[in-house]
This record gives sequence, C-alpha cells and structure tokens, in this order.
Amino acid sequence: MSEKTYKPGNYPDLPPPPGTVGVYGWIRQNLFSSISNSLLTIISVVLLYYLIDGIIGWFFLDAVFDAESKIACRKIDDGACWAVITRRVGQFVYGFYPEAERWRIDITFLTMFLAFAPLLYPDIPKRKWLLYFSAFYPFFAFVLIMGGYFGLQKIEYSLFGGFMLTIILGVCGIVCSLPLGILLALGRQSNLTVVRTLSVCFIEFMRGVPLITLLFVASSMLNYFLPPGTNFSILVRVIIMFTFFSAAYIAEVIRGGIQAIPKGQYEAADALGMNYWQKTRFITLPQALKISIPGIVNTFIGLYKDTTLVVVIGLLDPLGIGRAALADTKWNGLSTETYLFVALFFFVSCFAMSRYSLWLENKLNTDKK
Amino acid sequence: MTFFSNIWRNEKSREIIVQIIVLFFLGWFISWLVMNVNANFEALGKDISFEFLFIPAGYDINQYLIDYNNRDSHLRAGIVGLLNTGLVAFFGIILATVLGIALGIIRLSKNWLASKIAYWYVEFTRNVPILLHILLWHGIIINTLPHPRKAISLGEVTFLSNRGFYIPKPLTETGIELVYLFFVIAIIFSILFAKFCKKKQDLTGIQYPVFWINFSVICFLPLIAFFLSGMPVSLEIPALKGFNFRGGMHMSPELAALTFALGIYTAAFIAEIVRAGILAIDKGQREAAESIGLKPSKVMNLVILPQARRVIIPPLTSQYLNLTKNSSLAIAIGYMDLVATLGGISLNQTGREMETMLIVMLIYLSVSLSISALMNWYNSKVKLVGR
Repeated sequence: MSEKTYKPGNYPDLPPPPGTVGVYGWIRQNLFSSISNSLLTIISVVLLYYLIDGIIGWFFLDAVFDAESKIACRKIDDGACWAVITRRVGQFVYGFYPEAERWRIDITFLTMFLAFAPLLYPDIPKRKWLLYFSAFYPFFAFVLIMGGYFGLQKIEYSLFGGFMLTIILGVCGIVCSLPLGILLALGRQSNLTVVRTLSVCFIEFMRGVPLITLLFVASSMLNYFLPPGTNFSILVRVIIMFTFFSAAYIAEVIRGGIQAIPKGQYEAADALGMNYWQKTRFITLPQALKISIPGIVNTFIGLYKDTTLVVVIGLLDPLGIGRAALADTKWNGLSTETYLFVALFFFVSCFAMSRYSLWLENKLNTDKK
Repeated sequence: MTFFSNIWRNEKSREIIVQIIVLFFLGWFISWLVMNVNANFEALGKDISFEFLFIPAGYDINQYLIDYNNRDSHLRAGIVGLLNTGLVAFFGIILATVLGIALGIIRLSKNWLASKIAYWYVEFTRNVPILLHILLWHGIIINTLPHPRKAISLGEVTFLSNRGFYIPKPLTETGIELVYLFFVIAIIFSILFAKFCKKKQDLTGIQYPVFWINFSVICFLPLIAFFLSGMPVSLEIPALKGFNFRGGMHMSPELAALTFALGIYTAAFIAEIVRAGILAIDKGQREAAESIGLKPSKVMNLVILPQARRVIIPPLTSQYLNLTKNSSLAIAIGYMDLVATLGGISLNQTGREMETMLIVMLIYLSVSLSISALMNWYNSKVKLVGR
C-alpha cells in the first residue's frame, strides 16, 4: 500500500479508504473497534468453539440413533443415546392413540394448516372458499379425532397424548381465549359498574394464582361445583381452565391497546351517531387489536408452553410420555436426550409463532415511511 | 307501553336495568354453585372445616428453614413450604437479575458476535417451557453429576454431586455482635452522607463520589470490627463421611435445579426488558448529554439509566412475580414448596381439597395483589407529568 497524501477537496472520485469498507471494514467495525470489543470477540469465539465442538460431538458424531437399551447404547458410543426417542417416536407424537387409526390425526393436522391459512394470511388466493372450510373445520376435526360417527371407531380421551395432545390443548385454548379475552377487556373498560367490577375481579384472580393451582382445581374440585352426577372429561376441564387463564392475560393486553387509542377517535364516532356496539366493532377493536398483536401472540406462546403443566395432573403430554420412557429400566437416566428432544419441538413451534407475529406487525403497520 | 320503551331508550335507566339483570344472573349462578357444593358434600359426608391445620402432618420435608419434623402440624408444614417458596424465589431472582441485565447489555453491545450470542440465548431459552427447563436441570444434576464419593470439588471446600451441592457454612462465635453493630452504623452513616451530599449538590453543584465512599465504608467498617474482635467467624467445611457429606450447607438437587431453571428462564425475559428500556430512551438524550461534555459513564448513570429505570422496573417486577408463581412447578421434581406441602401432601392426607386449595390460592393472590398495588403506586410516583 503506497503512503500517498492527498490535498483535501481536489479528488472527488477517490474510493473510500481501505479498512472502512468490505469484509475487512465490517469486521473491524463490528468486532474489533476497541480493545474491550476485541476482548469480547475473542471470548465469544472461544466460547462458541467449545460449545459447537461439544454439541456436534455429543449430538451427532458420538451419538447412537438406534439400540436395544441404554446399556447397548453406551457399548456403541458415549454420545447422546437417541434410541430412547427413535424407539418410541410414535408415542411421542400420538400418545396411546391406536396405531391403526393414526391416519385420522395426520389428516386432521394437515388440514389444520388449510383451515388456518386464510385466517393467518389475508392475501391468500381463493380466501373466501377457504374461510368456509375454516368455519366448518372444528366439527370436522372433532369428528375425525374423537370418532363415533360415520363408522369411525370411537377413541377415549385417555388415549390422547404426545405432541398431538399439546397441539389440541394449545389450539383449543388459543381459539377460545381470544373472544373471551376481548369481552373481558371491553368489560373492564365498560361504564357499567357491575360489569366492570366483575371483569376486574375475574382478571385479577386469574392472573394472581399460579396456573398449576387452577389445574388442580380442574382435576380434583370442579365436580363439587356441578350438580351431583355430572362428569365430563378431564381434557375439557383442562381446556376450560387454560381458556380462562390466558383470557385474563389477553384481556390486559387488549386493554392496553384500547387505552392507547386517541380520544378523538371516540369523539368522532360519537359525532357520527354510532352506538356502543358500532363503535366497538368499527372503531375500538380494529385499532386496539392491531396495536396489541405482539402482546396477544406472546400470550398465545405462553399458553402453548404452559400446556406442559398438564403432566402434573397426570395427562400424557410429551413430557408425560418422556417421563414414562425414563421410568422404563431400559432407558433409565437418559433424561437429557428426552427433554432436549421435547424442547426442540417447543422451540420450533414457538419461534415460528413469534416470527409470524413480527411479520404481521410489519404488514399491518400503516405508519410506514 | 310507551313508559317502558321510554325507560329503555333513556341511557341512564337502561344502564341500571342492564346492571340489575347482570346482578340477578350472578346471584343465581353463585347460589347454584353453593347448592351444588352442599349437595355434593352431603352425598360424600364431608364438611368445610379448617381444624385439620392443627393435627400432626405426619410427613417429612427434606428442606426446611425453620425447625420441622413429622409430628408438627399441617399449618407448620404449610409455613415451611411457604418459606421454601420464598427461598427459591430469592435465589432465582438474584440469578435472573444478574444474568438478565448482563445479557440485555450485551445484546445492545456494538460487538456483532456477542450480541448475536445473547440474541440466540434469549430465543432458545424463552421459547422452551419452564417446566422443561426444570426437569432438564434436575435430570442433569441427578444423572450426570458424580456420586458424592467422586464429587467434583471446587478448591476442596465446595462439592458438587448428584445428591446436591455442599458449600461451607459460616459459623458465628462470640464477638460477632460488634461486627453487626458496625454494619448498622455504616449503613446509617451512608444514608446520612448521601442525603448530605445531595443537599450540597443542590446548593453548590459540587459532586462527591458518594457511591464509592459509601461502598468502602459499608465494606471496611465491619471488616475492621471483624479483625478487632478477633475474627469471630469460622467456616464449617463439608467433609465426606461414609456415603455422603456431613457439615456445611446443603443445597438439594431439587433446590439447585429449580434455582437454575427459574433464573435462566426468567433472565431471558429480563434481558429483553432491559434492552427495550434502554432503547426506549430518545437518542437525543444521549446526544445532548455527550454534547455538554459528560463522559460516557456519566451519560449512562445520570441521563440514560434514571430514565430507563422508569420503563424497566414495572415489567421487571411482574417478571419477579412470574418467577415466584412459576416456582410452584417445584411439585414436578419433588421440591417441597407451598403447593407441594399444603396443596399436595396435606391435601391427599386429609382429603380437604376445598380448604387447602383456598388457602394456597389466597396466599399467592395476596402476594401478587400487594405487589401490583405497590407497582401502581410506584408508577404514579415516577410518571412523567404530561400536559
């Protein structure tokens, strides 16, 4: 590199000095801009090296993917023993749903994407026809999963388990809790003292107690509050509790959205002579829901993750299946493999949900430059 | 007819009618519930009574802060459980705060690599259910750590094994009172000194290094007293006796797993809160502070942090509350917290679902409500006064 000096002002078309552009410039600016920054980079690189080295070795290179038992695994190699997953993958996905009937679950979940697509992506072609299908979908899914009609074999609730149970609980909870949450948020903002007090009490109670105590109530006490002899499935009771719990959180998120709407919007609506329901339908909710999308999706993710709590009251969600597998003497002690596998499933689905919410937020953001 | 339709068209009277109808249905619903409970209890021959709280519990709790044995009452077992909840929440909050603030700051650092690492940490941790974190850590501790006889030793004083962690236990001897006394004096001095300096600064504009002076006073004064009174603290170091360690402080695998899981999980949320709080401060504030010649540390301490604090503290408290509520998942690994003692074993032994769950829920509810009341008070105090 030649050491040449230029007089200022006379060379408008010189390239920028080397070291400020290109890969080298980027590295210098973002990784080695100062001494402390360089130190941080070096520490990070060392950390990453050990992490990646360890992870690749344990997860893949030294791992055993199929074997009879843990001891057989250890004889082959000393990495992860994924056999505990591969040997029971059916249970992890379908629980104890009869093997011959599993195609019904497959169809239900494949068509679920078709049913959700028009709701999630407003620009999809043939949206109107798909929406009819979405409206019809809950009945379709219920009949297909439960059976008992059209010659399908009836399946007991107690056989449900695995990721299928997580998805059923999560989707039912999410779908039911949004409308209830909107009603509660409106109730909390209402002029009617009785309605407002009731909503506040309900919301504060649900947010104040741990979900697990509500699940205990669902599993052991709910029958006391119903007429003697009533008995309905634990699955339904749990879904009701999840709905109540997450509706309270959604109500608070939407209330934030409602309060963020400028007062002039209501005054304009009043000036147009709209009544309460028109105002709510055309002015309040469209704006409030748009603002609160990130919060609502976060609540949904929370609900989806909280479905794992049902293992405490004895339902066989993926964690329950995992614990059952670990209780087997063949697989005793492989908890890290089992739980990491389940964690991966949750990570993928929750991360996808949060990405979708970012996308939707950008799409609906009308104040773009 | 017109009379009724007029009442219905008048906004005020319509509101009253609607509320009366709602109240009527509410009353009907509650009495329906009470009737059902009565009928069910009669059929089962049960009643509602809290006397069970005073009969011996009859079960053991392996981790307790106040003395407890299985002849003590259910009430005392419940209190032991409540204290255990407090214990794990305390450790968890410390871990979550330290880790969370560090990650939040790293996430904002100009270093691309470090910021990406922090980002993926946050994404990986918060997208996995907390129960899974708890079970994973518990599994790691009991399945991969060695047996006590081959325990991992940290400097021969702290031992990590699959039966839990063993750390040295400070034992106080006579003369410790002097150290406590000096500690109290140091605290009182630093409060007065801080007030004095604030007054001085308001009057003259001169700043003193209050933090460093107070910090050294609080550290050194008790230390001087410690040496003066002849070092009245000794450490009881855990030692291997037979199959397990004796002496020292024992942190059970359950407590350790729960602390790690709660701390690491909540840290991801706190990191996001800290980051959002710092980003929420207008860029102009930093630029203005730099342009009047404040050095970087002062820009942070005097301009950015006081403003960011207002944004950070309310959601931070709600994370602490979440952590405390999440600690109820302890029941999944057998840590004896409030839900596991009173709402778990006591419930199963006495068969009093209604009463035990009522007490447990009321305790959690009163803790959350009082903390959110405190937060509302704080919010109204620090709120920017708008036009």
